[in-house]
Amino acid sequence: MTATASTQTVDLVARFPGIVTAETRPGYSGFIVEKDKLVEVATAIRDEFGYDLLTAVTAVDYLPEGKMEVVYHAYKTTGGPGLVFRVQVPRVDPIEVPSLINVYPGADLQEREAWDLMGIRFTGHPDLRRILMWEGFEGHPLRKDWKEPFYEEDAKPFKSRWPEGRHVSAEDRNPYKDNLKFPENFDPEKWIPDNDNMLYQSLKRYTVKNENGLETDHIVVNMGPQHPSTHGVFRAAITLEGETIVGLKPVVGYLHRNHDKIGERNTFLQNMPYTDRLDYFNSMSNNLAYAITVEKLMGIPVAERAEYIRVIMAELSRIQNHLVFIGMLLNDLGAMYTPALYAFEERELILDVFEAVSGARMMCNYLRFGGVVRDIPPYVMQKIKDLVFDRLPAKTDEMDRLLTENEVLVARLKGVPVIDAENAIKYSVTGPVLRAAGVPYDIRRADPYSIYDRFDFDVAVRYNGDLYDNYLIRLDEIRQSLRILQQAVKQIPDGPINSQKPQYQVRVPAGEAYGRIESPKGELAFYVVSNGKPNPWRYHVRPASFVNITCLEKICIGAKIADFVALLGVLDIVMGELDR
Amino acid sequence: MYGKGILKGLGVTWKRFWNTYLEDISWLLSGKKRYFTEEGVKHRASKHARGIFTVQYPEERLILPEEFRYVPFLVYDEGEGGKKEVRCTSCGICAKVCPPQCIWIVRSNDPNTGRPIPEPTEFYIDMDICMNCGFCAEYCPFDAIKMDHDFEIASYGRNVYNLEKLLKPASYYASIRPENYAREEEARKAKEAAKAAKTAAKPAA
Repeated sequence: MTATASTQTVDLVARFPGIVTAETRPGYSGFIVEKDKLVEVATAIRDEFGYDLLTAVTAVDYLPEGKMEVVYHAYKTTGGPGLVFRVQVPRVDPIEVPSLINVYPGADLQEREAWDLMGIRFTGHPDLRRILMWEGFEGHPLRKDWKEPFYEEDAKPFKSRWPEGRHVSAEDRNPYKDNLKFPENFDPEKWIPDNDNMLYQSLKRYTVKNENGLETDHIVVNMGPQHPSTHGVFRAAITLEGETIVGLKPVVGYLHRNHDKIGERNTFLQNMPYTDRLDYFNSMSNNLAYAITVEKLMGIPVAERAEYIRVIMAELSRIQNHLVFIGMLLNDLGAMYTPALYAFEERELILDVFEAVSGARMMCNYLRFGGVVRDIPPYVMQKIKDLVFDRLPAKTDEMDRLLTENEVLVARLKGVPVIDAENAIKYSVTGPVLRAAGVPYDIRRADPYSIYDRFDFDVAVRYNGDLYDNYLIRLDEIRQSLRILQQAVKQIPDGPINSQKPQYQVRVPAGEAYGRIESPKGELAFYVVSNGKPNPWRYHVRPASFVNITCLEKICIGAKIADFVALLGVLDIVMGELDR
Repeated sequence: MYGKGILKGLGVTWKRFWNTYLEDISWLLSGKKRYFTEEGVKHRASKHARGIFTVQYPEERLILPEEFRYVPFLVYDEGEGGKKEVRCTSCGICAKVCPPQCIWIVRSNDPNTGRPIPEPTEFYIDMDICMNCGFCAEYCPFDAIKMDHDFEIASYGRNVYNLEKLLKPASYYASIRPENYAREEEARKAKEAAKAAKTAAKPAA
C-alpha cells in the first residue's frame, strides 16, 4: 500500500529502457511491455510504483495487424488514476504470454477467460482450463475470424432487414449442423464430456491415514448448478475433509451467451439495452458504466441535469440492490422470506420509479451518450423525494432493528472470516467486500466519475472482514447513498437532458477507453476499442461478480461447508453478469 | 441481556403484523375499498403503503405509467371513410437501430417508375426476438412506431406480427400515452404551420 512514486506520471520507460515502450497510437495510452520481461515489470509496477490492484486483464484481437494484445489495468488502492500496460504478440498459434498469477493472484479467472475466448496461453498458470465455454469446445469465440452459429454478418444492421426484408427465422436459414464446427472425428452421440474429469483433477485430493492406520478419503461435493443458495446456475466443486473445505473450484458459464461478441456485432448505441442484462438488478448502473466509457471515447460532455439524474438512478439502484442483498443473505442463512419480502417491498417502490422514467422495471435502457432518454416527470420527482426523505431512511432503520442485533444472526455471522485487506487487494476484490475488509477504496472517491466529487458522503468501511461486517457495510452504504440522493434531489438543476442531438448512429473516433464505476457489487468497467467504424472493435465487460469470485477458493479453504453458502452470499454474485 | 436483539426484531414483525389489520380497519371505517380498486392499488404503491402490499394480479393490476413499454406497434391515422393512413414511410431507421434485428421491412416501389414510395409493402416484427428496448419508437422520425402497453401476448405459436397485426389507430395511441400524443401533435401542428407560412411567403418573394 505504500506508494513510492507519488507523482501521477509514471515513467516506466526510464525504469526499464529497451523493455518498455510508451504507447504511441492515437487514442491509446499506457505502455507496451516486452513479453519475456512482463513478470519483472509487473512486479515493479506493484512494488515500486504502488499499483497494487490489478482490476482488468483482457485481450484484443488486432486481426488486420496480425497481432494479439493483452491489456492490463492496474490501480492504486490509495486512489488516483490507473496504469495501462500491454503485451503484444504475433497472431500465430500458440500465442503465449507469461501469466501474472504470482504477481497478481486476481488475474486467475480473467486469464482463464482470455485463454477460453481468445486463445492466449498464459504460461505458468497452474490451472489454465476453459472457464465460460465447455472443455471440448472448438475454437476461441472472441477471435475476429470465429463465426457463431446463425452468423449473418460481421456488423449490424444486417442488410437483409431493409429494404427487402422478408421475415426468415434464423434457425430456418441455418439449420442445425450446417453452422456448427466440431473437432475431428467427433460424434455427438458417443461423446462423453471430459471437463468434469479435468475439473476433478484440478482439485487436490489425497488420502489421509490417521494414527490407527485408518485411511480416510477426501470427498467431493458439488454445490449447484441447481441449488437454491447459489443465486442462479453457479456450481462449486468442493473437496471436503470431514466438514472442512480443503479445495474448491468454481464452475461457471452455464448462462454464457458471449456478451462481448454480441457487443462487437452491435453498434455502439445498440449495446445499451444489452448492458441491462448483465447485472439485471442494477441496469441503471450498467448503463452508466457503458455510457461513461463511450463518452470518454467520443469526448463529449454530459448535460448537467442528466448528470444528476444519472446519480439519482445509480444510487437508487444501489439501495435496492443492497436491500435485496440483505434479504437474500438471510434467505441463504435460513431466515426464509421475512427479511427478503420486507426488502422486496422497498425494491418495488424503487422499481416503480424506474418504470415511470424509463418504461421498464428492470431492463431500463435509460441512458444515452451525452445524457438520458427523457426527463423525470414532476410526479416521479415527488415520489423520489418521498422515498429518499421519508420512507427509505425509516425502512433502513427498520431493517437494522429487525436483524442487526439478533443473537442468532450475530452468532452465525460474527467472527467467520471472509477475507482480510491484504488478500482482498491481491485477489482484485472490489466493492463492499473490499471495504468490509478495511480498505476504504470506493471508486466514487478514489477515481471520481460523473459528478460524485460534488457530494458530501463518507466511504463506508468496516475493519474485521468477517461475515457480520459484510452485512453491516451494506446498511452503511444504503445510508450513504441516501445522503447522496438527498443532496442530489435538492441540487438538481433545470435544463436539457442531453448534450447531443438524438442520433441512432454515433460517431466514435478510433481509440480505446476504460470506463469504471462503483457498481453496487464492486468495480464494473467496460473496455471499448473503436476503430472509427460504427461498431466497436472490442467490447469487453469487466464484471464485478466474475472477478470477485476469484477469491472464492481462497476464502473457503478452511471454512466449514455450512458457511460456504454465506461466504458465497456476501460476494453478492449475479449470474447474468458473471457468465455474460 | 441475551435475546434482546431477537425481541427487538420480533417487535418489528409484530408491528407489521398488526399494521395489516389496522390498515384494513382504517379503510373500512373511512368507507373506502382497499382491494380491487384503483385507489387501493395506487395507495399500495405510494410512500404510505403499509400492511398488505401485494397486488392480486390479474384481478388487480398495477397502474402502468405512461412511459411503460412493451412490444412495438405501428400507428395509423384514421382518414375519411375509415381509410388507414399508415404513418410509416418505410425509411428503415427502426430496422437499422433495432439491437436484436427483429424488424423486417419491404419498401414499396412505384410499379411504373421503380422509385421508392413512402409506404411499406410488408412489415414484420418478430416478437419472440424483440427485447422491448424502445429504440424503434425513440428514433422514428415520423412517430409511426410506438411501444405498446399490452403485455399479455403469450401464445402457443411463434409471434411474428405482420403489418395487419401491427397496425393500431392513433386514437389507441392517444389513449395509452396521452401526454406524449399531445406533445407530438403540437409539434406536428407547429411544423405544418411553419411549412404553410413558408409556402405562403414564397410567391411574395
